[in-house]
Amino acid sequence: MPNQNNDCQTCGKCDNTAREKNSSKNGLPLHTIIVYSENISGLLSQITAVFTRRQVNIETLNVCASSTPGVHKYTITCFCDTEMAEMLKKQMEKRIDVLQANYFTDDQIYIQETALFKLSTPAVLQNNRISKVIRIHDAKIVEVNPTYSIVEKTGLTEEILSLFDSLTELECILQFVRSGRIAVTKSTIEKLDEYIRLREKKHAQIMEQ
Amino acid sequence: MSEKITGAEALMRSLVNEGVKTIFGYPGGAIMPVFDALYDYRDRLNHILVRHEQGATHAAQGFARVSGEVGCCLVTSGPGATNTITGIADAMIDSTPMVVICGQVGTAMLGTDAFQEVDVVGITSPISKWNFQIRRAEDVAWAVSRAFYIAKSGRPGPVVLDFAKNAQTGMVDYQPSKVDFIRSYDPDPQPSDEAIKMAAKMIDDSVKPFVLVGQGVELGNAQKELREFLEKAQIPAGCTLLGLSALPSDHPLNMGMLGMHGNLGPNVMTNQCDLLIAVGMRFDDRVTGNLKTYAKQAKIIHFDIDPSEFDKNVKVDLPVLGNCKTTLAAVTKLISPAKHNSWIQGFQPYAEKEYNKVIEKAINPTEGPLLMGEVVRKVSAAANNEAVLVTDVGQNQMFGCRYFKFTKPRSVVTSGGCGTMGFGLPAAIGATFGAPERTVCLFVGDGGLQMTIQELGTIMEQQCPVKIILLNNNFLGNVRQWQAMFFNHRYSFTPMANPDYEKIAEAYGIPAHTVVDRSDLDNSIRVMLDTPGPYLLQCAVLEEDNVLPMTPPGADVDKMLLEVKD
Repeated sequence: MPNQNNDCQTCGKCDNTAREKNSSKNGLPLHTIIVYSENISGLLSQITAVFTRRQVNIETLNVCASSTPGVHKYTITCFCDTEMAEMLKKQMEKRIDVLQANYFTDDQIYIQETALFKLSTPAVLQNNRISKVIRIHDAKIVEVNPTYSIVEKTGLTEEILSLFDSLTELECILQFVRSGRIAVTKSTIEKLDEYIRLREKKHAQIMEQ
Repeated sequence: MSEKITGAEALMRSLVNEGVKTIFGYPGGAIMPVFDALYDYRDRLNHILVRHEQGATHAAQGFARVSGEVGCCLVTSGPGATNTITGIADAMIDSTPMVVICGQVGTAMLGTDAFQEVDVVGITSPISKWNFQIRRAEDVAWAVSRAFYIAKSGRPGPVVLDFAKNAQTGMVDYQPSKVDFIRSYDPDPQPSDEAIKMAAKMIDDSVKPFVLVGQGVELGNAQKELREFLEKAQIPAGCTLLGLSALPSDHPLNMGMLGMHGNLGPNVMTNQCDLLIAVGMRFDDRVTGNLKTYAKQAKIIHFDIDPSEFDKNVKVDLPVLGNCKTTLAAVTKLISPAKHNSWIQGFQPYAEKEYNKVIEKAINPTEGPLLMGEVVRKVSAAANNEAVLVTDVGQNQMFGCRYFKFTKPRSVVTSGGCGTMGFGLPAAIGATFGAPERTVCLFVGDGGLQMTIQELGTIMEQQCPVKIILLNNNFLGNVRQWQAMFFNHRYSFTPMANPDYEKIAEAYGIPAHTVVDRSDLDNSIRVMLDTPGPYLLQCAVLEEDNVLPMTPPGADVDKMLLEVKD
């Protein structure tokens, strides 16, 4: 599991300092909050409002359909203590159409992010250190034309930022974008499935009455 | 055989299906198809035309609070909808079941800044339990059923339906809908047996237990279960502002009101008990004062139906999730009968101290101008302590809640969490519809009355039997008291020039009388209560009276001031 390794095997550049920087801010740990909701419009603003009202900044946010039909999954990262994470969880679950919200620290989940770098092709051609850096970081070149080249890097935040720092030094970046974190839990129990099963049981009971 | 009807008529049928009989509303452009449909339903749906949409929401709140049913409002788009915002926010923080249906421009015009278009779903999202924009006539039956289910189940709250005009006029093959289950929402969580057992053990082990009674007891209809619980183990209790009538005022275990202007005993003893048992209350800052010193010596059990209340303000040792009607009864079964005599007697010196230093002076003055406290206590007694108390916000509210006495449940209608001035008059109107057989007494100040004074028009038209007791001190009294105590007597914009309220009442055809002399008070109250229909009793009260005792904001709960030092 490269995600758990502070001495990142992939890029060889990540160190504990970089991880520290990224996993806490003002002494507050980074939490990943995974929220499942019914697919009803307007939910995203309700969820983000829970954070804003409690003065917690959302660092990254990813929204997509989940593996359960009709259920949306939100992956949100923010710096907050456990008490705040618990409050955010409860306040989100209080919204009628939210099924479940759970918070995790990095050791409880498998994490990935993707970034795209748009580089100047003339710069890349002029300086062979650039392609070397791309190779060392195990990034992919996905498009090349005479004006620009596009490089894709998937990995942890610090791996991506490390590549970004190196390419910035080499003065070749035209554009840069990094996706929000996506994550799946490492637990062997699927909490959402369990919740839905319980709710279906309750529904059956109500129907019987 | 189904038939095609308009979305507007589908709304009428859905409301009838939900058992709605009373609607507080105000027509306007984007809700006209609904009002047109309502014209044919006047025999089944009693629409009360208010004079401002804020009045509709507070009336619906007053209706809901005394009846336990869902209050219903019908207003137009844009300003009609934005005028309901204060009432929606108030209902949210005070857990009042209410459905607000507002018109909206047609879906083709949404987002174009059309005339009277406002993003109602966006605005009301953080202050409503649920909201939904009805964009198709086909969705009416489902949305209305879901709205009522959400508003009244679990911890109740306000729901907003934003009804697009094309959905009102569109035709639908109407089929009644019944929502009684939502996968993502569990309004009746199953209590945990372990938690119940643990609670019973903690209570049995406790020497100095103390119960905080909140509005959850009234909302859960658990007044009987609460009494049985308290009486079996002889546990003294204090009530929050909204929980005041969950336990009769004169019940021997009722030690009085909690909070900033509550009674001395229950506040002081909060910091002396060894077990604090909170039931259906949310540890509001007006109840707790300084959280750092709040009940630190005690173990805390919290009974609530809303899991987000656990550990929100006060860390609890044992949360007991569920409807307190169920959980209290379950715990009562397990606990052993107990006495706690000396602990209960410990409240007595504080009650005596408060009576001698504060209460006696407030309710039995012999000279000087009329006092708010004496007026409240006399009205309460004259109505056999059986009336519904409605208050506005401020000193009238605190004196009202301190000195009114309750013998029946669901008897307090006041704006707790939101502290909405202007709440009183329309809420009292709603209360007369929610409990038509009861006497409804409103205590209101000269400030708050003028915030929604237009509702005197509603009272006139409906002949609502609201007994309006105007405690006129020519001041915004509560703010003036704070200015005196914390801002060096700098009365910044709190003195008020007042109109002739008797003349205003006269213009609305409402009988009125002003009391200045103490000797005139008893008889005037009698006349007010004996006069059928509405009545305005203006009491010229001491201008610079203070509500006492008082826990200053942020101070320790047991450090109440019994007097204001100049």
